[in-house]
Amino acid sequence: MTDVKTYLREWAMPHVLCPGCAHGIVLRSFLEAVDQLQLDQDKVAMVAGIGCSSRLIGYVDFCTLHGTHGRAPAFATGLKLARPDLDVVVITGDGDGLAIGGNHLIHAARRNIDITVLMLNNSIYGMTGGQVAPTTPEGAIASTTPMGNTEPNFDACKLLIGAGASFVARVFAANPIEMTKVMADGLTHPGFSFIEVVSDCPEYFGRYNKIGGGAEMLNWMAVRDEGVAGPLAEKRFVSHVPATVPAPALTTGVLQREIRAVYSGVRRAQDHES
Amino acid sequence: MSEAQLVQGNEACVKGALAAGCTFYGGYPITPSSEIAEHMVRRMPEVGGVFIQMEDEIASLAAVIGASLGGSKAMTATSGPGFSLMQEHIGFATMAEVPCVIVDVMRGGPSTGMPTSPSQADVMQARWGTHGDHSAIVLAPSSVGEVFDLTVRAFNLAERFRTPVILLYDEIIGHTRESVVLPASVTVVDRVRPNAESEDFWPKKAASNGVPEMADFGDGHRFHVTGLAHDTRGFPTNDSAVAEALISRLHDKIEAHTDEIVEVETFMMDDAEIAIFAYGIVGRSAAEAVERARADGIKAGLVRPLTLWPFPYAEVKEAAQQVDTIVVAEMNLGQLIGEVERAAGGKAEIVGHLRADGEPITPTALRDVLAKLDGGPA
Repeated sequence: MTDVKTYLREWAMPHVLCPGCAHGIVLRSFLEAVDQLQLDQDKVAMVAGIGCSSRLIGYVDFCTLHGTHGRAPAFATGLKLARPDLDVVVITGDGDGLAIGGNHLIHAARRNIDITVLMLNNSIYGMTGGQVAPTTPEGAIASTTPMGNTEPNFDACKLLIGAGASFVARVFAANPIEMTKVMADGLTHPGFSFIEVVSDCPEYFGRYNKIGGGAEMLNWMAVRDEGVAGPLAEKRFVSHVPATVPAPALTTGVLQREIRAVYSGVRRAQDHES
Repeated sequence: MSEAQLVQGNEACVKGALAAGCTFYGGYPITPSSEIAEHMVRRMPEVGGVFIQMEDEIASLAAVIGASLGGSKAMTATSGPGFSLMQEHIGFATMAEVPCVIVDVMRGGPSTGMPTSPSQADVMQARWGTHGDHSAIVLAPSSVGEVFDLTVRAFNLAERFRTPVILLYDEIIGHTRESVVLPASVTVVDRVRPNAESEDFWPKKAASNGVPEMADFGDGHRFHVTGLAHDTRGFPTNDSAVAEALISRLHDKIEAHTDEIVEVETFMMDDAEIAIFAYGIVGRSAAEAVERARADGIKAGLVRPLTLWPFPYAEVKEAAQQVDTIVVAEMNLGQLIGEVERAAGGKAEIVGHLRADGEPITPTALRDVLAKLDGGPA
């Protein structure tokens, strides 16, 4: 296996991420998937929006487009249609992808354009200082929900399956080997692939909700993978469910995989005539 | 040899785009621009290009920018409400220096306004709609033939200066059908790409023409593109000196080259004592008004900018030094009149003839204004 540093812009370090943040683990797993598949480094284009996860693309030695907040799937759509020869990968966060960019995400999924979207879900807005996100569990503390979040949260995978994504998976940052495997699956899937990566934010989410630092949050993640315990487990990823109801286990792995026509735009005379 | 053909303004825009080498269109339906999309979907496949109808105008310009980074000449078209949504990415394309063309077929506003009525109320939005200090290139055709010419020019300027260029015309020009003879061929400008073998590629280091070379994604140069302030490598920075150098360069690459950008047409100005300043569809009414006034013995002339931004300060100043009065006629409540006053610097009296009710400014109305100012019967 190639040293993953081959794919890094070491000159751009140090990076902006906080100590304990799991986003770096996620990035390494992704680069290992790229390496396993032996993708042409010159032909990989990564597109991101705004937020901590989106900043990851600054440190990888591909063609990288750091766009605007939430719009990465739209930039990626134009790029992929103009350059079908590129492997186009979007990195987005939960606020970037599901709040301000929700519309672009579901339409990219509906079209089944051949891009891969990694949505790093840390349950909070990290870069702006820990505000509530559409993924923040009910009851959780954020800087804009100091008395606990009163809004239900999205299940991103269900949302994307509903929007027509032909490949949908969920993985945990606590399980890097599984991450690499699922990301490689997503990268090779013909059509739109969406991978929710449950990552963490020890600096805000962990601190505000008294979960702990990076190591504790990874442990917390592993526990939630089995659907038990944890200070917020009874509310995690469950919309409109009273706190007294035990939370179901959070399903991981590939949740949706179908082969259907890949969208390539109106580009040839026969497309138009048909 | 080209022949005369009956062409709608919005169709002429599509023809101009194809002549300029456009191979990507991303847009969202909106009156009175939709014919551009409806022609594009038919024409793009003919040239191996791509058409996509996006989920909104924000996404439309994002897709255009993505395609441009992939090496395509790309455009979108919209009207006022959609143009408002595009401001975010006009700023991005300005900062990241991504060539693209945005057509705004103006209609009455604010908000949903009067979708099927003309206006010229987006002139300032085109200049200052996106946040931050920046320059803008905005072109304003007056006829179907000029829509073709200026669409070609918009692509050429976008490629030359690595910047978004806005083509601004109103509903009347967009929907008017005129007999035009379109040129068989046009001059086409392409962005300067780096040598494929070059190891030493600095994506945001300006060449002597003020503009950095631009590589296509996927062609061997791996680089970063961001809307954050960045250094000559294209990487984000908080260094105030580096940021200042970038913002100044983005400004200067346009403002120091206005001789390549600014176009102004004058009509009967040689001995004029009173001038109309008008652009777009109003420029045509004004030309007619000037001819009628001349028939009545009034020494009237016309100053018609084809480039609204950068504003033709020198040309307007020259006119102000010659005439007694400049009538600024625009279909808004006074947007460019302030720039005319600034350019005139008190050398001429500036009179506004403004209208924002969704109706055009007619030749008769302007002839009457000229007659009244000349002291004759109104």
